[in-house]
This record gives sequence, C-alpha cells and structure tokens, in this order.
Amino acid sequence: MKKILSCTRKYLPFIILTPIIIMVEVLLEVNIPLIMGKIVDYGIPSNELGTVLKLGGNMVITAFLSLMCGALASIFAANGSIGFGSELRKEVFNRILNFSFENVDSFQQSSLLTRLTTDVRFIQMGLRMTMVMAVRAPFMMIAAATVAYGINRDLFIVFIIAAPILITAIVILGRKAMPLFRYMLTKYDGLNDRAKEYLTNVRVVKSFVREDYEIEKFKEINHELMTSSIKVESLLVLISPLMMLVIYATIIAILWLGGNQIMIGTMRTGELISFISYVGQILAGLLMLAMIFLNMVRLKGSVDRINEVLNTESSIVDGDYEGTLEDGSIQFDNVTFRYESSSKDAIINADLYIRSGETVGIVGSTGSGKTSLVQLIPRLYDVTSGSVIVGKHDVRDYRLADLRKEVAMVLQQNVLFSGTIKENLLWGNENATDEEIIEACKVANAHDFIMSFPEGYTTNLGQGGVNLSGGQKQRICIARALLAKPKIIILDDSTSAVDTQTDSAIRLALKEQLKDTTTIIIAQRVASVMDADRVVVIDNGEIIDVDTPENLLRTSEIYKDIYYTQMEGVEL
Amino acid sequence: MSRRRRFNYEKPENVTATLKRLLGYVRDRIGAILFVLLLVILSSFLTIYGTRLIEPIINEGIIPLIGQEITTESLTPLIRLLIALAITYLLTIISEYLVGKIMVIVTNNTLNKIRNDLFTKMQKLPISYFDEHTHGELMAHFTSDVGVIREAISDGITSFLYSSITIAGIIIMMLRYSVVMTFVVLLLLGLMLLITTLFGKKSMKNFTVQQEAVASLNGYMEEMMAGQKVIKVFVHEDKTKQEFSTINETARKASTKANIYASIVGPVSNNMSHINYAVCSVLGAYLCIIGKMNVGKLASFLQYTKNISRPLSRITQNFNALISAIAGAERIFKVIDAEEEIDEGKITLVPLKFDLDNSLLEAEKRTGLWAWKKPDGELIRLRGDVRFIDVVFSYDGKKQVLNNVSFYAKPGQKIAFVGATGAGKTTITNLINRFYDIQQGQILYDGIDVREIKKDSLRKSLSFVLQDTHLFTGTVMDNIRYGKLDASDEQCIKAAKLANANEFIEMLPDGYKTVLTGDGANLSQGQRQLLSIARAAVADAPVLVLDEATSSIDTRTEKLIQEGMDNLMAGRTVFVIAHRLSTVRNSNAIIVLDNGEIIERGSHNDLLYQKGQYYKLYTGQFELD
Repeated sequence: MKKILSCTRKYLPFIILTPIIIMVEVLLEVNIPLIMGKIVDYGIPSNELGTVLKLGGNMVITAFLSLMCGALASIFAANGSIGFGSELRKEVFNRILNFSFENVDSFQQSSLLTRLTTDVRFIQMGLRMTMVMAVRAPFMMIAAATVAYGINRDLFIVFIIAAPILITAIVILGRKAMPLFRYMLTKYDGLNDRAKEYLTNVRVVKSFVREDYEIEKFKEINHELMTSSIKVESLLVLISPLMMLVIYATIIAILWLGGNQIMIGTMRTGELISFISYVGQILAGLLMLAMIFLNMVRLKGSVDRINEVLNTESSIVDGDYEGTLEDGSIQFDNVTFRYESSSKDAIINADLYIRSGETVGIVGSTGSGKTSLVQLIPRLYDVTSGSVIVGKHDVRDYRLADLRKEVAMVLQQNVLFSGTIKENLLWGNENATDEEIIEACKVANAHDFIMSFPEGYTTNLGQGGVNLSGGQKQRICIARALLAKPKIIILDDSTSAVDTQTDSAIRLALKEQLKDTTTIIIAQRVASVMDADRVVVIDNGEIIDVDTPENLLRTSEIYKDIYYTQMEGVEL
Repeated sequence: MSRRRRFNYEKPENVTATLKRLLGYVRDRIGAILFVLLLVILSSFLTIYGTRLIEPIINEGIIPLIGQEITTESLTPLIRLLIALAITYLLTIISEYLVGKIMVIVTNNTLNKIRNDLFTKMQKLPISYFDEHTHGELMAHFTSDVGVIREAISDGITSFLYSSITIAGIIIMMLRYSVVMTFVVLLLLGLMLLITTLFGKKSMKNFTVQQEAVASLNGYMEEMMAGQKVIKVFVHEDKTKQEFSTINETARKASTKANIYASIVGPVSNNMSHINYAVCSVLGAYLCIIGKMNVGKLASFLQYTKNISRPLSRITQNFNALISAIAGAERIFKVIDAEEEIDEGKITLVPLKFDLDNSLLEAEKRTGLWAWKKPDGELIRLRGDVRFIDVVFSYDGKKQVLNNVSFYAKPGQKIAFVGATGAGKTTITNLINRFYDIQQGQILYDGIDVREIKKDSLRKSLSFVLQDTHLFTGTVMDNIRYGKLDASDEQCIKAAKLANANEFIEMLPDGYKTVLTGDGANLSQGQRQLLSIARAAVADAPVLVLDEATSSIDTRTEKLIQEGMDNLMAGRTVFVIAHRLSTVRNSNAIIVLDNGEIIERGSHNDLLYQKGQYYKLYTGQFELD
C-alpha cells in the first residue's frame, strides 16, 4: 500500500486541496436551505422586500461560491486522480520492465495487461472517490446534522432512529449482494472467454463441425449469466425503494412532529421546510457512504494485484564489475539450474568450455534443456549452483547492460514491434548506419525479400502493415541481433520456419562474416549444426556428448539417433 | 460491468428500423413492458402529487392551528393529509420497485437473446469474415455494444419516460401556482441546460482525443508486454521506459481534460439549481408580501423547482444513452445481417453398412464406413478420392494464390505438399474443406463436386491437424473428445496413446483431468501438437489433413509417434504439409508448389531422380558447405 500511495507525490497539492475545497463547498451548500428557511420565516412576515432581497442575495452568492468551489474541486480532483493513475501506471510498467525472466514467466501476459489498465483505473477511481465522495458524504452529513440539530433538537431524534435503520438495511443488502455480484462477474468473464475462444479457434470449430456444440455451450453460460444477473440485480433494485421508504417515513414523521411544534409555537414554518431539506441531504449522504464502502471492498482485489507486481523484486541485479567482456569465451562450471516454478532440475552439473570465436551447435529433444542452458549466458536466469563465466568473468559480476550488449540472443519465441522494418532493426543498435543495416540483413538473408516490398526498409509492420511469414520474421530477428555486433550470438531455434536452402545460406554467411564471434546454434534440424566446430548433445538436462559432428556420428548414440531419423534414406 | 461509453455519441444510421428490430426482441414480454410504462406514468404522477400535498399540509393542516388549542378534532385535517401523503409515498415506492424488478428480468432476457443470436450468427459466418475483422472488433459486440444496449433498456427508456412526464407535470403544477415564477424558473433552467450542453460538447470533443490517446497507450503496453523478453535481451528497458513515459503523459493530459469537462457539469448544474431556488424564493417572498402568494404555496413551488432540475439533467443523459444504444444495436445487427457461409450442398454423409446381397445401406450408428447420400437416396461409398481440376483461387479477388492447380489423391494415398511459405500449401487444404470457395475449376470428392456436398458433411469427413494448435478451456480429456463428442474415456486415451501424448498427459498434475486454460498456455507447443493429433485420431474421419502437424515436435519424438501416425494414416487419404522433408518422404506423391503453381510432382525417388526443385530442397538439408 505504501508503494501505491507514494505515487501520489507528484500531484500531492491537487490531492490535498481537493478535499479541502470540497469541505468548503459543503459548508456553503449546507447554508442554502438555512437561508431559505430564513426567507420564509423572517423575510416574508417582515413584509420588507429589502430583507428578502438581502437574504436572497446571500443565497445567490452562496450558491455561486459553492458552484465555483465545485468546479474547482472537479478540476483538482481530475488532475489529482488521473495524475496519480498515470504515475501508478508508470510505476507498475517500470517495475514490470525490471522483471527478470523468472518473474516474467510467473505472470501471464494478459494478467499484467489487466493490471496496467483495469486495475490501475479502479485504484485511480478509488482515490477520486476517497478525495471527493468519502469526504463529501460524511462532512455533508455532519454539517447538515449540526444545522438540523441547531434548528430543532427534538426533531433530530427522527434522524437518530432513521439512520441506523437505513445503514442496517444497506449493509444487509450489500452483504447479500456482494457474493452474488462476484459470482455474476465470473459468469460474465466466462461468457467473454467463450466468445474469445471461439474467435481464436474458429478454424478448429468449423473443421470439426462443432458449431452446434459451441452454441450449446455458449447458451449455457449465457443462461447462467442471465440468471445470476437477475438474482443480484433483483437485490440491487431494492436499494432505491428502501431508501425512499426511510426518507419518506422520516419526512412524514417530521411533518407530524414539526407540525405539532409549529402549532404550539416552538417552531417556525420555514424551519420545518429547511429541516425537510436536510433529511434528504443526510440520508443521501448515508447511502453514498454505503456505496463507497461497497466499492472499496471491490477495490481490494485491484490493490492486491497491483501490490503483487510492485512487491516483486527481480532477483537478477547488476554486478559490481564495471568492465565489459574480454572475449567471446564461455565456460560452464558445474552448473545446475532449476526454474523456480519447477521441481526438477533443468540443467544438471553442466561443464562446458566454448572458445572465443567457436561455432557450437546444441541438439537434443524437446524439453531436454537446450534453451535453459543458453539462457544462462546472457544471465536471463541465474544458476542454482555452479557458475557461468563469460568473457573471463562470472556473469553475475557484470552490469546487466554490459553483458547483454555483448551477448545477442535470438529468442525462440521472438517478437517484432509495430513500426518500420528499419525501426525494428535499430533495436540491435540505435546508431547503426544504413550500410550496416543492409550488411546485417544480407547475412541474415533478409535483404532481398525486404527490397521486394515497395517501401523496402521503411515498410510498416504490425497493424495495417505487411504480414511477414514466419521465416521472414525469423530472418529479421537474426539481422536485428547481428546489428548489435556482439561478441557472442545465440540462435535459439531461430531458423525453424526458414526453408532449408535459406537456412544453409544464412549459416554459411554467418560463418564467413562472423569469424571472431562465438556462435551458438540450437536447432531441431541436425543439418543446421552439421557445419559447427563442435556439437553439444543434451538429454534430460545433462550434457551427454561434446565433439565434432563427424566424431559424434561415430561415438554418440543420441546424436546418431537424431541424425538417422532425419537423414534416413538420403544417402544416394 | 458494462463499461460506460457515455460520451460516445456515434450517430446511428437508421433509427426507426433499428428501434423496431430492438423492440422485436421484447415482443413476447410486451405485456410486462406495457405494465411497466403504466407504472412509470403512475409513479411520476404520484411524485408530483406527493409534492403538491406539502402545501395543504402546511396551509390547512398546520398554520390554522397556530396558537389554537389543539384537539383531536382540530388535528384531523393534518392527520388525514399525512395519511394521504403516506399512501402516495407507499404507492410510489411499490411502483418504483415493480418497475425495477420487471425491467431487470426484461433487460437480462433481452440481452440473453441478443447475445445468443450474435454468437449463433458468428458460427455461421464464413472464415473470410474472421480474416477481415479483428478479434477486438468482434469482441466489442459482446462487451461494449451489448453494454450500451443494457444501459438503455434497463434504465434509459423508463427514466426517459419518467423524466418527461415529471417535467411536464411539474411545469403544469407550477403554472397553477404562479405564471410569473414558472416563467422565471424555465428561463433559468434553459440557461442551465445551455451551459451543460456546452460543457457536454466540449467534453465530447476531448473524449475522442482521450480515447485515441488511451488506445495508443494500451496498444503500446500490449506490445511491450508481449515483447518483454526481447526488451531484456536487447537491454532496451530504459528506452522503453522513456517512450512509455511520453505516451503515458499524453494520455494523462487528454484524460484530465476530458474528465474535467465531464465532471464539472455536476456541480455546475447542481448549484445552478440552487441559484434558481434563491431567485425563486426572493421572487416568491416578494409575491407573498404583495399578497399574491402564501407561505405554503411557496414551499410547494420551491420543492418543484428543486424536483425539476434532476429529471431535466437526466433526460439529456438518457437521450444520449438511447442514441448510443441504437448505434450499438446497429453494429450488432450488422453482424447478424452479414452474409452467411453459402451452403447449397444437398449430399450428406451417412454411416454405411452392407446388406446381405452386398448392396449399400444406410446404418444408424457409426460403422467406420461412410457413404455419400444423394437427395434422391442414392448412396455412393466414400472412398476418399480427391481431385483438383484447374483450380484458380484468390483470397481477395486481386492476387491469385492458386493458378490452374490440378492433382489427384486416390483413396488411401498419402499426398504431400512442399514449397516455400506462401506457395499455397495451406490454401489447398482450406479449399478441400471449403473454408474458402474457388473461383474457377472444380474440386471433386469421390467424383462429386464439393459444392454439392453439405458443408457439415464435407467437414465431418475430414480430420484436420493444424499448424497453430488451438485448444479449449476444459480438461485434457474434453479437448481430445472434441474430435468426437460421444467418444468414451477409453477411446480418448487410446487416441492419446496413438499420438504418444499419453506419457506427458499422465505427468500432468491431474492427468487427463488437468484443466487447460488460456488456449493451453501451460503446455509446450510440441505437447499441444500431440494433443491435437490425438483429437484428430479420435475423430476417425476418412480423410486426414496434417498441416505442419509435427513442426514443433522434435525428430526423436516424431519418430516415436511415427508408428501411431502410420496407424492413423492407414487406409485413409492423407494430405501432408511439412517443412521437414523427412516427414513427407514416404508419400505416394509429393507435389512441389511455387507461387501457387505446381512445378513438380511425383514420388520421392522420382523427384530426386528429376533433380529439380525438390532435389535441391532435399539435398539443401544435407548441404555441408
């Protein structure tokens, strides 16, 4: 909570001033029925227009000042709450950017997005409500009650009876409605999920001819949504009549009791009229308080979700060594690694030395630990035990930026951003010249297809832009990584969608152009690693064999196995 | 729950037609609605009457008794009036409650129907519709469009009516008290309305700006959340933070501005009504002094001044809500009116059995054999013979994706398609099941033009394993069973074993009962593919289409499932698309596509012998230097 509240700092004057102005507004507003009563009681019987005019002028001025305060409060409240919301969003966003891969894995993308949008908005609304309504309602009640008490003590008893009745009724209703409301929301989400799922799975549904089945399922949840909505709304429609009942009963009681007092001369007619005005103000204030309370309860979920993000500390932080990599060598020293969420080691006692400038292939079946192993090199994850030494220093000693700028990794699940192809390529190196860009794209075999677009490198990607094929995307991703001119480049299954011919052309170009760069290639296709200096065979998290591809073909059972399943029958 | 789009005043195109159609949804509840309207009219009269009673209570019930000796008898008028007031109030409350309750039922039933119609319709739209519209666009129909309709029905209509009657009634009552004062009140209210409309217009303008700013902020966040790992790998955190900060600030400014204009209306109109009140009381006091009014009447009149400002500001809101609702309904009806998938086919798929004399008979249950049933009852045995004859196809009518493609697959043959991305491989499979219709040429299935076969039947005869595996929320078992809804658990497990998925499924926390959410986000791509193979296996259709079905499965696992796949393919016509040429090697025919044209065809050995494109592709994999 402290972290959320600290986001108010920048807009604190607005946030403090809003409730103050609101209080002034309430004080002015409370006066209005009082002045009105005076007009009736003193102005009219006095038969002097001057008195009436004076009182009426008072009232207009009061209302005008109250209007000014109200307008000012609106401006301040908007500035304060939206400013706070944007600070909070920034805080959450920046925190997410500082997440380690481990943190990223533990949150779902869509859930992070909900936090950044809906949850931030709810909390922002919560602050606004606190600044405005939560100040206004009780203050209005107190002020109105004080004035009403001042007018007539005896009549005030009616409030003392009415208020608790109203509060109890609202609390009971609220308590009953809350769980129903939550249930209804899950149904609402469920319905949306169903529809969304249909949209993503439309081809599956249609090819299995499951339209009727889908409709059935949708109708089912739609019906559940309807019945649960009706249930909760039937309760909620009680609130308004209930409030009216209390208010009306109070008015009648006041008319009766007040009427009797007027008759015996202990009260004036105008006083009775203003008193009735206060009935509305006080009881409406109560209702507002109840609503605030209900909303605050709902807010708790959002607060928890935001706190979860803000309290997530990245375990991967900069080291103290201020230098950069001395060369492109990599050494795994008895490395064991386990994902936090897993109960099984992903890498077990790995020892491996890779020379600077060497090209190393890594093969192994899905889930054997290939990706886990290479992710330790740019310190996307930290080892559980042992150490990874890159460029002659432990990866944990470097500042992350220094390390990652020299270790370019082309991820398996890669992403391009909206913008032009060139803008995307510049991610690798913002200062790259056009020549450098073209050179990198030629190595990645992307130049030709990029030039085939009418707008070449300034072709827009993403919404409304050109749709790239999977292979084309992968090639741009490789070029992007190449532009960083790293000492080490890691290709994690980065050419899986590229056809074999282009794949081999890329590998050839890499070999020619990046002689001094340490290259690590993870591949499904054994052909992709066959021209590596050495190949690492991984199985179940363990490095089984490391040798030249030729030797492995003789010595490694697994490598042979993979090789022959892919190459079988090719020998012509 | 319905996200408010208060300032979204899209103009509907045809108000009357849309309104009529919306009314159609409530037709069977017309009685209830008429009753509600009656109640609304009643309660607006009651409210006016209740306010009117205050005057005699003070003037007749209380004031005459001032200074008098109070007896039960002298109190009678007051008591009588108070009872009348109590009854009026009670009736108001009851009718208010009834209106609320009935409208809850009407609203929810109506929305239920609209949603059902919308979803049902979406099932009938052709695939191309989903290519042309984004998911966000289509989802908005379910969320915001239904939301604005909800607001209009649940509250808009009744409160519009209530407000109009109340305003009219109050004005009439006011006129009875004092014409001059009424005139003044209306003048002031007009001024108030003018000011709020001005603010409303300002706010509307700013709201559009805000929506754009927020949309671009959300878009940016969505993209960055998807690219988080890339950001880290390229050490782009600081740059992203800066960019975000700029976009966030733009959104903040726009939101603040829009919000100020929207929220300032409240206190302004509220206090304007106070000023109105003050002016009226001064004027009223003056009238009292000159004897043209009395205190009781003034009290009632002032009460009316107060009561009129609320319905007045509500009525503009209601009107806007109504307009948005009609616009929302129009968008929904546009989907409902969209052209459905054309299905003029009459030939259906039926299970087949043989009579004693070996003639074909339609069976009641699945027999594993299938036949096409013509409208005249003639049965043609399904063999799985698929032929493309000079097929020309284009997605958009401009760029030709397939150009004079002809090939055949004899029953039980395995046909592979090979070629670069965009060569037209997936397109061919999408034509077999008629996700799209061809422009020229013919596709024959067992000698029947596919257009003559009912789409459901055609698709039931084909099992697809698609490149992008999509799973459903539900258990693993449910997902496998999707292939055949009445499959037993044993059949599903058998299919999973065949696809070699059994092993990893049993490793899952709850085995086959593990619930998958978010499109199976907790499974690896390879595992998802195994599941989708199992799903196709359980479907047990005579023709199988494997579109990159094993692309994310490593070659060793692929080898493990090879036997199962062979079993699955045995006796069926199979179309295979694969990058990995080892997967297609044992096909009866391999068709090499380039730019929508067939450039080579033949068996693996034939093609290698030809030393053409296939040879290059195949040996490309073997290229060492």
